Amino acid sequence: MKKLINAAETAVDDALAGMAAAHPSLRVRDRVVYRASGPRAGKVGLVSGGGSGHEPLHAGFVGYGMLDAACPGEVFTSPVPDQIIEATAAVDGGAGVLHIVKNYTGDVLNFEMAAELCEDVEVASVLVDDDVAVQDSLYTAGRRGTGATLFVEKIAGALAEEGAPLAGVAAVAAAVDERSRSFGVALTSCTTPAAGKPTFDLPEGEVELGIGIHGEPGRTRVALASARELAGVAMDAIHRDLPLEGDLLVLLNGMGGTPLMELYVAFGEVESYIRGKGARVARSLVGNYVTSLDMQGFSVTICRLDDTLTRLWDAPVETPGLRWGR
Amino acid sequence: MEHLDITLDTAFFVAWFEDVARTVRLHRDRLIELDAAIGDADHGANLDRGLSEVRAALAGWPPTSPIQVLVSAGTTLIRRVGGASGPLYGSLFRSMGKALEPPVTLAGFAAAFDAGVVAVERLGKAAPGDKTMVDALVPAARALALAVRDGVAAPEAFALAGRAAEDGARATVPLQARKGRASYLGGRSVGHEDPGAASSALIVGSLATVASGLRQVPGDT
Repeated sequence: MKKLINAAETAVDDALAGMAAAHPSLRVRDRVVYRASGPRAGKVGLVSGGGSGHEPLHAGFVGYGMLDAACPGEVFTSPVPDQIIEATAAVDGGAGVLHIVKNYTGDVLNFEMAAELCEDVEVASVLVDDDVAVQDSLYTAGRRGTGATLFVEKIAGALAEEGAPLAGVAAVAAAVDERSRSFGVALTSCTTPAAGKPTFDLPEGEVELGIGIHGEPGRTRVALASARELAGVAMDAIHRDLPLEGDLLVLLNGMGGTPLMELYVAFGEVESYIRGKGARVARSLVGNYVTSLDMQGFSVTICRLDDTLTRLWDAPVETPGLRWGR
Repeated sequence: MEHLDITLDTAFFVAWFEDVARTVRLHRDRLIELDAAIGDADHGANLDRGLSEVRAALAGWPPTSPIQVLVSAGTTLIRRVGGASGPLYGSLFRSMGKALEPPVTLAGFAAAFDAGVVAVERLGKAAPGDKTMVDALVPAARALALAVRDGVAAPEAFALAGRAAEDGARATVPLQARKGRASYLGGRSVGHEDPGAASSALIVGSLATVASGLRQVPGDT
C-alpha cells in the first residue's frame, strides 16, 4: 500500500508539524495542538483528543468557537495522560476545563487518569457515544463516539465562547450527545502506516455495515448495494433508535477515501429519507470530518435540534476544519 | 524434601523487562494481525514502542530495587503507550511494584503479581471470560499461587504460570468479547485469539525464560 509519508514512526509528528506550518492560528507543542492566541480569562477551556487518523478531528477543530486544545495520539491510539494534563493546565482561563472524550476503553482510561491528576484545574468530562451499531449493554464496551463528537465540540465550544460556566457547557455537551445518533458503512478497509496493509479484507462487491472509525470490522457484511439502499440501512438503524422528528442537524461524513460527489449522492438519499419520515434537515454538513485514514465509506450522524442548539450551531467558528460567520 | 528458594533481585526484574521487550518485538506482527482481526491493528506496534521506552528508561537510570524497576516500567507504559494497553499494563506493573516487599521470594512475587492482576481487572472492569488480557493473567496468578503452596521451585513455577497464561490466551478464541474494542463486533469476535491475552502470555512467558537462567541455591526453610 502506497503512503505519502517519510516513515511510519514519524507520520503523526510530521503531520502535526505540517499542520502548524499551514495554520498560523495553531501552535503545536509536545504533541498538543493549541490556539496560538492562548487561553481567554473567564472562558471555559475545551480539550479533546484521541487517536490520529481521524483528521480533521480533533486538531482541525482547534480555534475560535470550538476547541482550545487537542491531544493527538498515535494512529488510532488514544493520547497519554501527560498530553491531556499539559493541555488542561495550559488552556484553563480560570473557569475550568471540559474534556470531550469519545467512548473507547483507551480514551476513557487515559482521560480519567489525567483528570484525576489535574489537581489545580476544575475538570468536567463528557462522554460521546452516538454509534447505534453497538448495543449499549453489559456485553460491550458501550457505544462508540463517532460523528457526534463534531457536534459536541462545535455546540459546546460556541456556548463556552459566550462565557457560560463549566456546568452549563458540560450540560449542553451531554445534551448534544443524548440527542445524536450515528451509523457507518465501509466500502473498503483502511491501511495504518504501521501495518502497511488493509486492516481487514473486504472483497470487491461487499460492504461492512456498522463500522466505527478505527478500521475495525463492522457488525455485518453484505453485498454492495446502491447509495439509496445503503443510506436506507443507516437511516433505518438510526430511526429505530431515535425516531426522526422535527428539525435535524445532519452530518454526512466521508471516511476519508470517498469522493465528495459520492457523499452528495448519499446525502440526497438521506435527505429524502428524512423528509419521508416527516422530519426536516434544518442544518447540514457534507464532507470528510471524522475519518478513518483512507477508508472508503460514509457515516450519517443526526442531532435533534432545538432553538438553543440551532443558535449555537450557527454561531461563528474559525478553525482549520470548520469555519463560518466570522 | 529439599526446598529450593531463591531471591528475585533487581537484576532479575530488569532481565524480565528486557526479555519481554525482545519477545514482544519478535511477536510484533502476530499481535498486529490478531488485533487487525478484531480490533484496530495497533497492539503490537504500541506495546513494542512502549517496551523500547521501558528498556531505555531502565538503562538510563539504573534502578536499585525490584520495586523501582516495576514502578518505573509501569509509569513509562502509562505515560508513553496510550490506548487501553498502556494504562492497563502500566497499572499491572505499578501495582505489583507497590505490593512488593524485598527481599523478593517466589511467594512474595506471586502475591504482588496477584495484586497487579486485581488492579487490571478493576481498571478495565473486566472479568475472566470477557476475552481480554485478564483471561491470561488470572490463570497465571492462580498457577503461581498453587506453585507456592506446593513448594515448587521458581523456574518451574514460572514455567507453570507461562503455560497457564498461554492456555488462557488460547482459550479466548471461542469467546465473544464483552470488553474493549473487540466487543463492538458482537458474535464476529468469536474464533479469534484476543491480542491482549496473547501479549499477556508473552509477558508471563518471559518470566520462565529469565528464571531458567537463575542459579538455584538450596535454602534452609
